[in-house]
This record gives sequence, C-alpha cells and structure tokens, in this order.
Amino acid sequence: MKSFTYERANSPAEAAAAAARTQGAKFIAGGTNLLDLMKLQIETPTHLIDVNDLALDRIEPTPDGGLRIGALARNSDLAADARVRRDYGVLSRALLAGASGQLRNQATTAGNLLQRTRCPYFYDTNQPCNKRRPGSGCGAIGGYSRLHAIVGVSDACIATHPSDMAVAMRVLDAKVETIQPNGSVRTIPIADFHRLPGNTPHLENALQPGELITAVTLPKPTGGTHIYRKVRDRASYAFALISVAAVIQRDGNGHVALGGVAHKPWRVEAAERTMPDGAKAVVTEMLSAARTTQDNAFKVLLVERTLASVLAEAKG
Amino acid sequence: MTEFDPTRRQLLKASAIAAGGAVAVGRLAPEAEAAAVGQVKQLEVPVAVNILLRVNGTDHQVMLDPRTTLLDALRERLHLTGSKKGCDQGQCGACTVIVDGRRITSCLTLAVMQEGHEITTIEGLGTPKNLHPMQAAFIKHDGYQCGFCTPGQICSAVAMLEEIKAGAPSHVTGDLTQPPKATPAEFRERMSGNLCRCGAYSNIQEAIAEVAGVKS
Repeated sequence: MKSFTYERANSPAEAAAAAARTQGAKFIAGGTNLLDLMKLQIETPTHLIDVNDLALDRIEPTPDGGLRIGALARNSDLAADARVRRDYGVLSRALLAGASGQLRNQATTAGNLLQRTRCPYFYDTNQPCNKRRPGSGCGAIGGYSRLHAIVGVSDACIATHPSDMAVAMRVLDAKVETIQPNGSVRTIPIADFHRLPGNTPHLENALQPGELITAVTLPKPTGGTHIYRKVRDRASYAFALISVAAVIQRDGNGHVALGGVAHKPWRVEAAERTMPDGAKAVVTEMLSAARTTQDNAFKVLLVERTLASVLAEAKG
Repeated sequence: MTEFDPTRRQLLKASAIAAGGAVAVGRLAPEAEAAAVGQVKQLEVPVAVNILLRVNGTDHQVMLDPRTTLLDALRERLHLTGSKKGCDQGQCGACTVIVDGRRITSCLTLAVMQEGHEITTIEGLGTPKNLHPMQAAFIKHDGYQCGFCTPGQICSAVAMLEEIKAGAPSHVTGDLTQPPKATPAEFRERMSGNLCRCGAYSNIQEAIAEVAGVKS
C-alpha cells in the first residue's frame, strides 16, 4: 500500500472542501473496495478523508412520501429497514444478494454506488487496462471475457459495474444527492450517475472532484411485486453473471433493470411498454445494441430466460 | 526413517531460504544497482499516528502507520493472533472480528478508523477455561480440521445468530415483512463469507444449530 495521510472529517461541507484542496485525496467510508484496491496499488490516494463521523447514516421519510437513505447507511441496515422491506423489496433483495454478511456490515450506500469493476484485467496490474491506466489498452477484449459487458461497451472497455444495489436503485428511479466543495448541493438521477465507458473508461460517474454523496432518495412507493433475481456461479457470495431487478404491477406492466451486462445498471424505459408481451419482446429491445464476445454471448439468452422466470413469478 | 524427517516448520524455513536465494540471484550487478539507486527518489517516510484501540474490554495506546489494517494491528502490535490472515482481501472471513456487536472483516478496515469502537476478537469471546458456548460447540461437533478458519467462523457465527435475533433478513428469507427464522438454510447462507478449505462445513453447521437451539 502506498503511504498516505489521514483525517477524520467533521461535516460534509468540510469533507468536500478538504478533498478539493488536497491533491490525491479520497473519501473512505466502509473501505471494503478501496482498501482492497489500495493493497494492490490500483488505488493510490495520498490522503484519506474518513467520512464515517458525518452522521449520514439515517434512513428517513421524505415530504413527498419517499425515503431518504443517508450515504453512510450500511448495506445490512438498509436491507433490514422495515420500510425498505415493505415498500422497496427489490432493494432489500438486491442488497442481500451481494457480498457477505461481514462486508454488508461495513459497506455503505454511497460506497456501493462507487465500487469499481471486478474485471480481472483491471485487478491484474501486469495487464493492460484503459480504466486503470488510460491508453494502455484492454486485456479483456480478445481475452477471457465470460464475465464482461454485452451492451453499452466500447473499443476501450467491456467491464461491468459489479453492484447489485445500484440495479435495484435504477429500477426504483432513485436520485443521488451530493455536496460540492463550494458547499452547493445538487441531485443526480441514478440514470445519469454512472457513465458508459466510451473512450474514457476511467471516468465512471458524474461526480466532480471533491464532490461527496450525502444521500440517495427513493420516490414514493409504487406497489407491485418486487423481484431481484441474480444468476451467479455460486449460490451465495459471488458477483452476478447477470441479474434482473423488476417491479411488476398486477396488469403486467412494470419496470426492469439489468445487472452484470453493462458498465452501469442497464435499463431501457421504452422496452418496458412491451412487458405484457413477455420476456422475449422486452429483452430484444433492451439488448438490441448488444455486442457480445464468444465467451459472454450466453448472457443474452440468460437474461431472456431469467426475465421470463421473473415475469412468471410475478404472475403467481 | 529419522534421517530425513523435516518438520513442517523446518520445511517452511528451508523454502524461505531458497526463495531468498532466488531473489539474490536476480539482483543487479553492484554498479548497476548503485546507478538505479541514484535515480530513485527519496521514499516518503510515513507519518505515524497515535491511536487508542479498545479490544476485548482493554484500552491499548498504539503508534502506527495509518496503512495498518485492524487485522495487522491486532496480530502484530497487540499480539492477538487468534484472528487469522487468510486472503487479506475480504474473501475468506478468517479475520472476522466483532466491532460494536457487528461482524466485519478486520483486513478491510484501517486500525485508525476503529478508534472509539469496541472490538471483540476470539480471545475476548472465551478462554480455554471458560469457553464461549459457540467455542464449546465447535469442539463438541468437531467443527474444524486444521483450525485456521475457526476463530473467524466462531466470531462470525456468534454475531450471525444475533443478526437473526434482531430480525435482519437474508438472501434466503422467504417473506421480507416477517422476522427471519433460525434455520439451517439461514445459517448456511449467512455464513457464506467464511470459507473452510478443510471442508468442515457440515460440522460447523451442527455446532451453530446446537447453540441456536435448533435441529441441524
């Protein structure tokens, strides 16, 4: 691990200002992803700003009937929250499908959104990776790509976003609240939060330097059947090959987002009009721009069959 | 058969020497090495921080490099070597400790981040003369073979049963709006962050079931 200095921030505004002031600074909350990457010297911050004392761990109702989730709410606490379990079951399910009991106790809501890809070429510092070292090339393209993205990919990067939670937040139309180093706040719809790789796969989200996530808000509950179906190589404690997050109403209409297929949670609102026609129609439209490799072409059919199973379950 | 009977420890020592030898062979010639050293910028000296760690009910003042993980602080500074370093990346669970009542992997948190928190390690759960019920159950059901993962398994299992008691759901919980039940299926899912390379899982499950008071 590279050497760094350490401070504990006392307020969100102070944390953001400190991050903008100090070159090479990073926030640390749960640390489950950042410390792992620091040990491998993939992340090399020179200064860590510990945000754990910022009292951003509350989960509280919003005036419009939704829920405001503090950036520091731990994954296990969010999954166990009675309101989330009752009104946003897809989010509870997604959180519980991710990581292990120990990691969910540490990992935070904001950190989960910001976790980096699990692409083995990103993790192996002997391999080229445009995300880790811009311009060095992509080892996954033409390499072993069974786990990689099938849609929204570029010639620079075919990595996936590893989060389960973010997929559920995408289907729930969550919003990300932040504070900037100058003290101003803004709200970013989850759809615009994560970026596609394009020519700049090292830029993964809409945050500006020093900008700190303070909360994620969920709109008023919409009812319906909430399902998160994750397909993986092990029954527990494994990243998704693909996952389907769905909220389905009694008339067959609903929303669906996919995990494990793109550089961000993948949702195509236009495709949701075809929900009552079944999985094939929806997936054909959602993945119309798919660009698969020999190794990961199976994911297209896997998504279709998983969504079919989800729709059947919702029908009861 | 006594002529060549190296103990495991001697063998490890011997292979370490062999590995050291390989490094020496790979070294640059002295003049080339001197030139390389000349180009290297002065290494930054890490700034040590003085922190107070509360472990198993006792306060410890320690001066350490901020890079020190909680696991390394426990093992190398406080000499509490019950917590084990398996993968050092949060995948195996051998380093599981309990912080403020919650199980976490101590390899994925910095010691400086844990100042002001109550840390419990396997040494704080029980002693050889006064075993924690989970420790006693692991012995009774032979819930280990080599024992390396055992402290993490036990810390994890103790906190895991508390999570069920507190009503926290898991991936295999049927109805999210109801409290979870203490069942073997729940134990298995919730213990997936603790690997056992010897494969003592079935006996670990029996030990946990006994402490939870259910049939395995």
